[in-house]
Amino acid sequence: MSPVQTRTLADLRRGESARLLPLCLDGDLAHSVMEAGFVPGTIVTMIHSAPWGGPHIYRLDGAEIALRRDLAGSLHVEELAAGES
Amino acid sequence: MTAPQLIQITPAPKVKLIALVGPPNCGKSTLFNRLTGLRQKVGNYPGVTVEQKLGRMQIPGGATEIVDLPGVTSFAGRSDDERVTVDVLNGKMRGLRQPDAVLLVLDATAIDRHLSLAAPVLALGLPTMVVLNFVDELEARGGAIDPAGLSAKLGVPVQLISAKLGQGLDRVRAFIAEIPKPEQDLDLPGLHDVPLRRRWASNTATIAGFRRPVKSIWTPRLDRIALHPYIGPLLFIVILTAVFQSISVLATPLQDFCETAIHASGTWIASVLPPSVFRSLLTEGVWPGVGSVLSFLPQILILFLFIGILEDSGYMTRAAVIADRTMSRFGLQGKAFIPLLSAYACAIPAIMATRTIEDKRDRLATILIAPFMTCSARLPVYTMIIAAFIPERPILGPLLGTRAAAMLGLYLLGFVGALGTAFLLKSTVLRSKPTTFMMEMPPYRWPLFRGLLFRLVDRGKAFVYRAGTIILVVTVVLWLLANFPLHNGQFSPIESSYAGMLGKTIEPFIRPLGFNWKIGVGLVTSLAAREVIIGTLGTLYGIEGTAGQPGGLAAALQRDITPGGAAALVVFFAFAMQCFSTLAVVRRETGSWKWPAIQFAYMTFVAYVSAWGTFALVTAIYH
Repeated sequence: MSPVQTRTLADLRRGESARLLPLCLDGDLAHSVMEAGFVPGTIVTMIHSAPWGGPHIYRLDGAEIALRRDLAGSLHVEELAAGES
Repeated sequence: MTAPQLIQITPAPKVKLIALVGPPNCGKSTLFNRLTGLRQKVGNYPGVTVEQKLGRMQIPGGATEIVDLPGVTSFAGRSDDERVTVDVLNGKMRGLRQPDAVLLVLDATAIDRHLSLAAPVLALGLPTMVVLNFVDELEARGGAIDPAGLSAKLGVPVQLISAKLGQGLDRVRAFIAEIPKPEQDLDLPGLHDVPLRRRWASNTATIAGFRRPVKSIWTPRLDRIALHPYIGPLLFIVILTAVFQSISVLATPLQDFCETAIHASGTWIASVLPPSVFRSLLTEGVWPGVGSVLSFLPQILILFLFIGILEDSGYMTRAAVIADRTMSRFGLQGKAFIPLLSAYACAIPAIMATRTIEDKRDRLATILIAPFMTCSARLPVYTMIIAAFIPERPILGPLLGTRAAAMLGLYLLGFVGALGTAFLLKSTVLRSKPTTFMMEMPPYRWPLFRGLLFRLVDRGKAFVYRAGTIILVVTVVLWLLANFPLHNGQFSPIESSYAGMLGKTIEPFIRPLGFNWKIGVGLVTSLAAREVIIGTLGTLYGIEGTAGQPGGLAAALQRDITPGGAAALVVFFAFAMQCFSTLAVVRRETGSWKWPAIQFAYMTFVAYVSAWGTFALVTAIYH
């Protein structure tokens, strides 16, 4: 995995979806993030972004979760294949 | 089942304990209120800031207690909430026996995710009933679940309920009345393999015929407004302004009414009781002291009514998201904005309102900075000093005068003190990973009248017990200090009382701030409540009835302290923790005297140093 090339959740535009790659976070944080639903392989859609650089809100598995942008920026994603949703 | 009359002489049955477990926003509290009614008591678990909610319910099997555990999404034990939940369920919580059974409350509209909490709960081996709430919403939005299928898969009873409408609760009560033995040999995923546990949850839901409901049409529509880049923040400000405006409009007359009622009843008691030490203690010590705290009750109830509406409707989460960016600059998180704004009225409800902040460090930081905000008890002190020392002159024409500017400056000072302290705390002892802000956005829902009512009763009781009992003790102690020792069977005048002696003892320490011993006595008595200093100074300067003639006290102060001393006094009051009730509430909320002691020492230090600097500065300007 080349960190230079991969995009993160923070890079998603509103309405855009992507698939979560394996997490590069320390154990506890990775665990909390996964408990919230950010499990590698999950398809995540960015649905809102709070004004003035505030948290982003993502939809995944029917839930809507707000994440600060710094955390979103450490969750790497890959593009969906054509036809996936 | 109704027990036949014959078996009434069985030995007193042991009181059963049932634990309510579930994720946040699953309607657990609504179910708790449904089952227990108003037979609830709220305390703290030993040593942590987690609230313990116990309720009693009467069922045919005898009295049963229910413990409403904090909302958790996992059993990993990373937060206090999770540790408390795991300890209670394992019977390891001090002062609480192991529950006899568990009600696992899950949101029926999202069980494909929330079932992941079932794995660690079922692994405990306690008799469990899985209670699926919001079944009315599930059906209304075209979702489905087969409770029998889920029950077969999990090996425990499953019951669909609507806690809001009271549907399905008979079966829950029947389960509690006759707890069945749990089946064993379940194949459950391990605690630490999160992806596996989520897959298990999703597969289990599918096997049980779960069909995810279509999204509510209102939530996305409302979110387009509430989270809009421009309309969102505007709406946030409008709602907050409306809330605080209506608190002051609604609460001020009620508070005045309370004060009048307390004053009138005190006068009445004084007129019917024969003169005695007891009458003096009651009418001069206890009544005004406890009364001044109780007069905040209307304001507190109205504040909690609005907080309840904002929380139960789901808007609070959106507001926290909007405020998060600004709050994060000071190391705080979005949810801290409500407590901090509430603290402009009184720090006590503000500290109680920090319960909505899940992160322990963020919550503690908010508790520690809340008393810096300019609470309404400081206003009489500011008003008196400003009236005595600042001549009214226009600064910006009729819009802003010198006195209003001074008042605004003092508000700003408190705000700067709060944010500065937050920054200090969060960059040192309470440093947390900046990345832990994660919040699930609940759908918008109509707040339930019952839920709001229960919340008000709960908060009102907590306030009266916590602030009322401590202030009772403090007022008695201060009354003793201000009236004893006796001289020839008479109370001492305040200058030769213990309080007076104390004032004279601390005079060398407060002289560098420009204060004399009379101010020193006021600083001691104001520990009961800040505004008490006015009454004390009134007595010391031989002026009766402070409310009637504040001019008299102002004139006396002008003669007795310098402008530098006066400026130092308001700065001291802006920063000092002159409020024993707040300290007592901080102790209750943080579970030990450690944090209130640190808070008192820190705030007194900041107040002392700032007052010293102010005195030196103002004195230099005036010479």
